[in-house]
Amino acid sequence: MLKVRQLEVAYGGIKAVKGIDLDVAAGELVALIGANGAGKTSTLKALSGLLKPVAGSIAYDDADVTGKPAYELVRRGLAMVPEGRGVFPRLTVAENLAMGAYTQTDATAIRRDFDRAYTLFPRLAERRAQMAGTLSGGEQQMLAMARALMCRPRLLLLDEPSMGLAPIMVHKIFETVRAVAAEGVTMLLVEQNAKLALETCDRGYVMESGTIVLSDNAKTLMTNPQVRHAYLGE
Amino acid sequence: MEIFAQQLVNGLVLGSIYALVALGYTMVYGILGLINFAHGDITMIGALVSLTAVQLLAAAGVPAPVVLVLAGGAAMVVCVALGVSIERVAYRPLRHAPRLAPLITAIGISILLQYSAALIWGKQYIAMPEIVEPTRIVIAGAQLTSLQATIFLLACAIMAGLLWFLKASRMGRAMRATEQNPAVAGLMGVNTNKVIAFTFVLGSAIGAIAGLMVVLYYGLGHYFMGFMLGLKAFTAAVLGGIGNVAGAVLGGLLLGVIESLASGYIGDLTGGVLGSNYRDIFAFLVLVLVLVLKPSGLMGQHSGDRA
Repeated sequence: MLKVRQLEVAYGGIKAVKGIDLDVAAGELVALIGANGAGKTSTLKALSGLLKPVAGSIAYDDADVTGKPAYELVRRGLAMVPEGRGVFPRLTVAENLAMGAYTQTDATAIRRDFDRAYTLFPRLAERRAQMAGTLSGGEQQMLAMARALMCRPRLLLLDEPSMGLAPIMVHKIFETVRAVAAEGVTMLLVEQNAKLALETCDRGYVMESGTIVLSDNAKTLMTNPQVRHAYLGE
Repeated sequence: MEIFAQQLVNGLVLGSIYALVALGYTMVYGILGLINFAHGDITMIGALVSLTAVQLLAAAGVPAPVVLVLAGGAAMVVCVALGVSIERVAYRPLRHAPRLAPLITAIGISILLQYSAALIWGKQYIAMPEIVEPTRIVIAGAQLTSLQATIFLLACAIMAGLLWFLKASRMGRAMRATEQNPAVAGLMGVNTNKVIAFTFVLGSAIGAIAGLMVVLYYGLGHYFMGFMLGLKAFTAAVLGGIGNVAGAVLGGLLLGVIESLASGYIGDLTGGVLGSNYRDIFAFLVLVLVLVLKPSGLMGQHSGDRA
């Protein structure tokens, strides 16, 4: 579904991603783990169209989408929950969700998606008329996920969904990740919490200073001594 | 008391025009963080285009209401085309440049528009043919011409329509989202370039109508008229809290009333030393006071939540 070859991303002259290969098959749940500054977020930004790669290619659904802007990729079902959640602080919860459905035109389907979002996250239903900027961090993360689902994605990129959240909230968010995956949405998950990410996903990539150093199925990675030492704190 | 009521009415009418122009400043600032100094001159072009249209159509014997609608339409078409082209050619290439670059460009565009207008229309004042018979209405001791009433009501209708549009329509929501976080708006499927261009369409169209109102109200047009009007509208936008649309409406109306009342009383207060021709002082006094006392304006947000 997603095929990345020799992708390079740079800020000014500084390369953040130095030629990586990455594949995600339909229905898969794939983790991209690594330390701070390894280039994980830059990779996701290039995949979602927020950054233009300086070299390499990205194929989505067998079509070359290298350098295509984000707003076009959303229409093809490629959505991203950005790092730091990125809710619109001075729009209400309901308006944020409506922005998620921006590309959708069928009014009855949109109403059904609203119901689904509120069932998935009853807290959001309680706060639907509240400005998103007044929500707690965990609620904002729920909103960001619910909003991304409103565009009916087939491939969802998640950037650090656990960042800055209380353990109970992290648990809730990952429960949702599994539920969404069970509905058949393919996902690429970037996480610093490597243990949680590998427990949740089918396969994993390990990134270090702009390159992918390891890739395997998640269970094997979890037993890899290198990974255990560097990312699982053992 | 009679002076007070009269100046209040005059101030509200004038203020409603300021408010319309201030909307153009505040919407562009909200979405680009750019003070579009060319906006006052867009309004000037709208004023002069509608003036020429009125001259031509009135001479051809077209009935007055039709003349006004056609003149307003012509002004809107020209101003929208100008506004969108300016954004595309002058501002978009500088979107990621340091903030000073687009600001200086805006001043350059402003001068370009002024002297282009001087070439087309000449540097003399141009008189607006009187096409509507002035009928007077008296409200609470204040005289109001039908023209003033029409300007005020039309301006209020445009402002209410705009506020509703931003609040309730899909495009309005996309504009607010783009203003708050353009990258994430892109992730939602919003083509932010289109949204920004549309912001210029709205601002320029409303500015064109304001231009028509100014020439109807004062009966005169001039290539330099956009300068002072623009500065005052900018002041109104700052007074209301730049970037805040409802604030621009409030700031415009307030500034009109302050200016009108102050120029009505300035002669009495200074024992005749300063006359009402010093009216322009007050707008800038207000600007200085706002910037010193409350730079975020009456309805401005804290800059802290613009994450």
